[in-house]
Amino acid sequence: MKKSKSLFLVTCIVYLFLIGPLLIIASASFSDTTYLKFPGEGFTLRWYAQIFQIHSFLAAARMSVFIAVAATLIALILGVPAAYALNRYNMKGKDAIQALFLSPVLIPVIVLGFVMLRYVVNQYQLPVVTSLLVGHTILSIPYIMRVVTASLSNFDFSAEEAARSLGATQVYTFFRIVLPNIKSGIASACIMAIINSFNNVSLSAFLTGAGVTMLPIEMMAYVEYHFDPTIAALATLLMIITLGVMLLIEKTLGLKSVV
Amino acid sequence: MNKKALTIGWLMVLPGCLFVVFFMLVPLFLLVFRTFFDEGGSFTLNGYWEMFQSTYFQQVFVRSLKLSLISTAICALLGFPSSYYIAKYSRHKGMLMAFAVFPMFTSPVIRSFSWIVLLGKKGIVNSALMTIGLTSKPISILYNEVSMTIGFIQLFLPLMILSLIGVMENIPEDLNLAAGSLGATKLGTFRHVVLPLSIPGLVTGSVLVFTGCLTAYTTPQLLGGTDTRVLATVIYQYAMSLGDWTQASIVAVVMIVVTVCVSSGINGISRRLNPTI
Repeated sequence: MKKSKSLFLVTCIVYLFLIGPLLIIASASFSDTTYLKFPGEGFTLRWYAQIFQIHSFLAAARMSVFIAVAATLIALILGVPAAYALNRYNMKGKDAIQALFLSPVLIPVIVLGFVMLRYVVNQYQLPVVTSLLVGHTILSIPYIMRVVTASLSNFDFSAEEAARSLGATQVYTFFRIVLPNIKSGIASACIMAIINSFNNVSLSAFLTGAGVTMLPIEMMAYVEYHFDPTIAALATLLMIITLGVMLLIEKTLGLKSVV
Repeated sequence: MNKKALTIGWLMVLPGCLFVVFFMLVPLFLLVFRTFFDEGGSFTLNGYWEMFQSTYFQQVFVRSLKLSLISTAICALLGFPSSYYIAKYSRHKGMLMAFAVFPMFTSPVIRSFSWIVLLGKKGIVNSALMTIGLTSKPISILYNEVSMTIGFIQLFLPLMILSLIGVMENIPEDLNLAAGSLGATKLGTFRHVVLPLSIPGLVTGSVLVFTGCLTAYTTPQLLGGTDTRVLATVIYQYAMSLGDWTQASIVAVVMIVVTVCVSSGINGISRRLNPTI
């Protein structure tokens, strides 16, 4: 197994490269120095307390969570019925419509941000929060469409026919028969969409303004002028939350169903 | 299919369609359309002509393509052996895949920032170089093309690894055994069995990495300098700092064209080379 040994070595280097910098950030967040330093000196948790002293971080975090969740909900409301109808009623132009729902993935997000600012937000004088919602909904729609279509392709529509022939209404059937069967697909689509939206920079960079800001944008602005461990502490906190979310996914849906 | 069901179907599809058309498709159409007309409203290609005439844009354009290409090549070189190890040899496949996913779920701001800490003048890389004696004073590896490329690779390597593992998992172990029993060396098996069968994953991964690098904004913004701008940072600069929306539009159209050409081009070539994909 000599070959697998050299492969193993490359794999180690690759993972050191992927994870190492993040671990260094985490360790630097405990450093008792006023600037970011690795290896750090001493041990303190004051940078973690400092995060909650910075008002702009808190406001931005709240806005980021709100936009991510609300945009995903809107994308669900728009995407799930569409995915269902496309699969259920063999409609004309099915492929074209599906392509339309998936198309936001093909457009560079930075272009999307610019285009929306110029031709939607400025044109119709949309308030900042509304434009962020619209933009992030566009980002989330493809995730919902893709995963829900995949789960529906495994769904046996004869179960639905059976319910209908037993007298259940169409709406009842949809909520009690179809939805429960694709709920894990919907859940994984939502998680992906929320994470993607929460971490998005390119779109928000164009659409934030007038006192409304998002966490990644705020972090980027902070990084440009400060070099203290607060940002490392915030990064570590976010990474811990990410790990928690991943563990939760693994326990409930299996990580493989999400990526 | 009765008519009523079809009507219901359309009612379910329509809101989403309208949303995407109204908020994305129409604006995109306007963006592209208006770059071909001057203020007087007559058709012109002058905007593009002048853009490609300017040395500044030429440099930005070439730099974007170059850095994306280098990053893709390095991602393939690093991703191939490690994916093969994970798919075929590792007993901790699930865990290793999770550790590839974790950085993808972590904000690009955090990932780029971590390199600012590592590569800075007082960073660990410079202290290591000085300790070994490779350099006597800190060298600048930050805010240039090197740091941008490092950032890109870290950002998109997981995509390459996951694409490759996806296809490598499906290579039946029997094929390797058969090749071996027919006298092929390990290297021969790799070249003639594993490599050709992994091409689809390599193509998918390369397209994802290349277009990802070409359109990434956060990493070049944080790890690049003012004289190493790329297409994405130039769009932002034109639009938000200079307020020149005409120029920004032209760069945006160029970016769309390049990404679409690259992804459909590479996919087309690979389909021709290997019709089974």
